[in-house]
Parts: sequence; C-alpha cells; structure tokens
Amino acid sequence: MDVFDKLKILTDAAKYDVACTSSGVNKKAAAGGIGNAAACGICHSFSADGRCISLLKVLMTNICAYDCKYCVNRHSNDTARAAFTPRELADLTINFYRRNYIEGLFLSSGVLKNPDYTCEQMIETLRILREEYRFSGYIHAKAIPGADHALITRLGMLADRMSVNIEMPSQSSLQLLAPDKSKQAIFKPMAYIQSRIQENSHDIVQYRHAPKFVPAGQSTQMIIGATPDTDFQILNLTESLYKKYKLKRVFFSAYTPVAENHLLPALDTTPPLWREHRLYQADWLLRFYGFTAGELLDGEHQSFNPYLDPKCHWALNHPDFFPVDVNRASFHSLLRVPGIGVTSAKRIVSARRTTSLSFDGLKKLGVVLKRAQYFITCNGKTADGIKTASTWMLRTLLSEKTLKLYQFNVQSEQLSLFEHLPALPSGQEDLLACLTSPI
Amino acid sequence: MPNQSDLIYRYDGSFDGLLCCVFESYQTKAIPIDILPSGATAPLLFAVKEVGTDPEKAKRVLDSIPEKLGRPALEFIRQAFLTCLPQKELHILLFLRLGYRYGPAVMNMLTDKVVNTLFKAVNHLTRESHLFKGFVRFSIFNNVLVAQIEPQNYVLPLLAQHFCERYPEERFLIHDKTHGMGLVYQPYQSTVIPIEELELPEADTDELAFRSLWQLFYDTIAIRERYNPACRMSHMPKRYWNNLTEFSQISYQPGQTKPIAMINRLTSQEMPPTGTNEIYKGGPA
Ligand code: SF4
Repeated sequence: MDVFDKLKILTDAAKYDVACTSSGVNKKAAAGGIGNAAACGICHSFSADGRCISLLKVLMTNICAYDCKYCVNRHSNDTARAAFTPRELADLTINFYRRNYIEGLFLSSGVLKNPDYTCEQMIETLRILREEYRFSGYIHAKAIPGADHALITRLGMLADRMSVNIEMPSQSSLQLLAPDKSKQAIFKPMAYIQSRIQENSHDIVQYRHAPKFVPAGQSTQMIIGATPDTDFQILNLTESLYKKYKLKRVFFSAYTPVAENHLLPALDTTPPLWREHRLYQADWLLRFYGFTAGELLDGEHQSFNPYLDPKCHWALNHPDFFPVDVNRASFHSLLRVPGIGVTSAKRIVSARRTTSLSFDGLKKLGVVLKRAQYFITCNGKTADGIKTASTWMLRTLLSEKTLKLYQFNVQSEQLSLFEHLPALPSGQEDLLACLTSPI
Repeated sequence: MPNQSDLIYRYDGSFDGLLCCVFESYQTKAIPIDILPSGATAPLLFAVKEVGTDPEKAKRVLDSIPEKLGRPALEFIRQAFLTCLPQKELHILLFLRLGYRYGPAVMNMLTDKVVNTLFKAVNHLTRESHLFKGFVRFSIFNNVLVAQIEPQNYVLPLLAQHFCERYPEERFLIHDKTHGMGLVYQPYQSTVIPIEELELPEADTDELAFRSLWQLFYDTIAIRERYNPACRMSHMPKRYWNNLTEFSQISYQPGQTKPIAMINRLTSQEMPPTGTNEIYKGGPA
C-alpha cells in the first residue's frame, strides 16, 4: 500500500474529530530547526464543509481492537484498514509543513494491539519530528485511554496540546455505546494530564528552562445527538470540565450516522447541526461573556431555542436588566447586549473616553444596531422609532430565514417563543449558515 | 487654521517622502487636495507640487510623532501606509493634523471620519495579513521555497517576521504579484525587493507528488453530510483561490530550467540583516 492509499484511508477515518485548532502557544523555530506557532492559531484552508484546516489531521492507524458503536473504526465494521509507519508520517508532515499547507500535526489513533503499543507508535512519530527534524510547529496528540502514565507523560513532553475525548455526554450513554471504555478510563488520563500541567508550570517558575508539558493545554470532544442527553446536561458538563480540569476547549461534534444499530439514530438521520451550533454559541458565552450554564438553561428548560441564539433568548427573558446605557454601562453589561460582541464592547469603551456616544456614533464604530437598538440607550435616549412590543422585537431578532420558518410552523405571529416551541423540521437545519463561527 | 489649497502634492512613494509632505503642509499652512505617488497621473485641473524627499525633514516629523501622539499612533500610521485605502496619504496627513491638535487621544476618536476610515483600512490590512500566514503556498524548486500571492494590501512587511521565524534554515521567496515586490530570505537575512515578473520553473516529481497528496487530503477531510460552500466562501473568498495548491491543476511536463537559475540568484544575493523598520520604509512600487 502506498502513501496515497494510506493518507486517504487515515484521513477519512479521522475527519469526524472536530478539533483542528492550532492555538494556545507562541513559539519560534529552535536553532537549526523548522517551525513556529502563533497563540491565536492559523487556518491554512477551509474544506468544502466550511471547516478550518489547520493541522494534518490523521490517524496513526484505523485498525482498532475496540468496538465503540458510534465509530467508523470499530472492530466489527467492514472497512479498509491501514497504518502509517512513524517515519512515513513524520516525513509527510514535514513536507506539508515546508510548503505551508499546515500548521502542524493532529495525531490520533485506533487501538492497535493494546493502548501502550499504540501510544509508543505515536511517541516515535513525534520523536522523529521533534528530535530529528527539530520541528517546533504545532502538535496535538490524542491520549489513548488505558495507556501507561509514563507513556502519556512522554507524549505530553513532545506535544503542544493533548486531548482525551469524552465521547458521550453521560455515563449511561457511554456504557451503552462504548462498552470497552469506562468513565474511569477517560477521566483518569484527563486528571493525570491536568496534574502534570500544574506540576510543570510550577517547575517552570523554579527552573526557567524546564521542558514544557503540553504548553497549549488540553481539550476534549463529545458527540451530540447520538444519545438522549439534553443540552442542559451537556452544557453543565462543559462548564464543570472547564472548572475542574481547566480544559482549554470543549468541542462538540454533531453525530453523523456511521452504523446501523438499534441503539443509535437511523442511518438517514441528518446530523443535528443547529444543536451543535447553539452549543458552540453557549460555550462562547461561558468562556468570553461571563455567563454561567445555569443562566442559559435550567431544569425546566433543558433545550436551546432553535430560533433564537442563547444570548438573545437570555435577554428577552431578563427585561429588567435592560436598557443598558452605552455611555455608562460596564464592559460586562455591554457584553450582555444582543448584537454587541467583545470587539464592539471594547470599541465602545475606548471611544467613549473622548466623546459621548450617540446612535450615529455607534454606527460609525461598526456596532451593528439591528439587534442591539432594542436593548440600549445613549445618554438615556432610545433609538428613534423603536417599538418594544415583543412581536416587533422578535421580528428583528430572528433572521429573515428563521422568521419565515417560524411563521410557517406556527401560522401565527402571536405565539410566544418561550412557551411551546414547534420542533425544527429536519432537513432545514442548514439554515444556520456558518457552523464554526462564533456569535 | 490651515487653508484648503488646490494643490496636489506629488512624492516619491516612500514613507519618508510622505513625512516630507506632512512637513510641507505645516510649513505652508495649507492642506493639499490630494497626495499622489510619482507614478500616478494627476487630474488636469489642479496644479501639482513636487515634494522632494529630504531625510532631515522626514526625521523631524518622524521624531515628533511618538512625542506628540505616542508610540501606538506611529505604529498605526506605518501600518496605514501599507493599506490599499484610496487616498491613504491624504488620510494619514489629516490624521496627523488631528493628532498634533489632540495628542494621543486621537487613537480613541473612532467616531471621527478620518480616524474611522483609517482604522477600518488598518483592520482590513491586519486581517488580510493574518489570512496570508495561512494562505501562502510554497512550491519547492531545487530546495528553494517559492510562493506567489495577490493580496489587496501590501502585506509583505507584516509577513516577514512570521515566515523568517518559521523557516530559519530555508531559502525562500514570496512574490507579491499585486505590488510587484518580493520578500527574499536566506539564513539569516531577509529583504524586500521589486520583482515585476517571475516565471516559475516546472515542478519536479517530488513536488508534484506532494501537491497531489495535499489535494487528496483536502478533498478527503470534508464531511459530505455537512457540505457548506457558502461558509467556505465566507472564510476563504474566491479571489484567494488562484494561488492555492488545493485548487490548482496538477499536470507534469518536462520543462526548461532557466527560471530556477533566477530564483537561486534572487535568494543568494547580499542583503542587509532583517529589521522590521528597514522593511517598512520601502513602499510598494
Ligand atoms: S477506541 Fe477509538 S477508534 Fe476504536 S472504536 Fe472506539 S472510538 Fe473508534
């Protein structure tokens, strides 16, 4: 089998992993070496599904001893199998990197023979890159659950970021669909990596040149829509992962059916992209906007509103918080206004130092008023001709496409969006134009 | 108050030259209707004043900027000078005039038309230069890395540091076809020189193999069930596709070797050590 065949099989097997970011660390090439990294991350291309391509995302091998039911690489699946040798993969990475196709490597793997053996193969690949090529570019390595701690440590010394995939948002789902993995097997390496990161940052304070252990931190991913877990459960889990394990990112992956199994959604189910999109929006609100999971959803409301993004939804439910005055409100209050993002809020705070802002001034700053105008005042004044009747507000808060869909479904403009939501008809989920982008 | 004159200033296209236009404007207490680089044709109706580049005057203006407006403002106009904003020179002059009046606060006057226009232009520049950190595609000819780009803004000076830190041991050339300039690097020095035309040599078998491997990866990594060309287009507009390997036709024809000689020559000449300020100075032709 030549490298072309291997690359095709092992890319195809890796493509469902969503994380492709190269962010979190700044580096220059080492003397006599090659490669740097930018903390903001760099996208080198965008694939036909609109996702950023930053890293060469492949599996070491798709041969797997396990049989996770939601996975294309499961043991019982009849599919073409291949394995890179460490040298083949290192050479391919360097050749792509020299041509500036990629920022680095994202290496994951099926479990070949046993977790330790698989981990050793990955370590050897990274060793060739780091030691022989003196490669300082970005490497994201997947920790193989069940591998020896010493091996995970070695992998972590070579990688910039590590991740352990949670796979399923609850233990019951995990038991059902991934019989070879336990909650234990996932959280143990995650906790271990977290403790190593902490120890290491301590070492670095003491000895400036102590080698770095996963300097870009760790992340995880879970599959959405393969199991009955609710948005509320998922968001709570996400929040506690950030708190407890200090994860840098939690990724969500809308389940694309890959197997006929009575435990899983039927093969003709479309991936629940709108749910994934809402989760990313909410995740963004947790990380950058000072929201908590409990503010966005609760035991009574366990699902996101398909028609409104979580921030708009929160705003409409908290009329007492508004209006917010742009000339006086704190940065954090500004961030709660629908339509005002981090960039706009920063601009407002900096511009109001020299002038008093009017609605015209806001427009000049590039603040999009379409949504924001309902929630703000400029020196106590509301925007001209604003109607705050809820049906009017709804009309403008919903995108045109969503509005049509909504009216089509409920046949009436009077229905409140917060009572009984009609389910989003399947197949229309593509209305969410850009799934990877923030709000 | 300075007068609005009906003069057009013409300068040599360099940053120093523009600073001399600023000097001229203050000395004559007049604001020109436009400032044009030497190659551009001036409208018939207006008189043209040639403003020579005098390093002495340029330095006086340059030194006054951090003093009166602060360091960030100087960095800001250096960047503004690289943008593709129409009448960027006149905007820079008007910005500086505001700055001499209001001091460092000028950087916060985002609702002012001049300041706002310049900020938008600089944002466009920094966004585009960030994109090109990813969108540059090298081909390897005879162990030299060569790329061609067609940016709207003059991004090469902003890309220099990134690529020099990325490939310290390589020899490389990034040719900006829009502005007719090239960033040339060999260990451990870099420079930006005018390059009008650049004929690329034929790719060898290795190069062709890696191009097709990349295309294979690009096509395979997309998930069919999530196909979303509109989203791809918004992140990576079509005008960038011309120079991206993933969209190029790959065909091999045995070819001549002449262009290789030219690239070898370009990347092995004497050059000054890298210094960002040096690079900033030479404006695009
Ligand atoms: S261990 Fe990983 S590769 Fe193997 S079946 Fe489970 S999810 Fe798929």
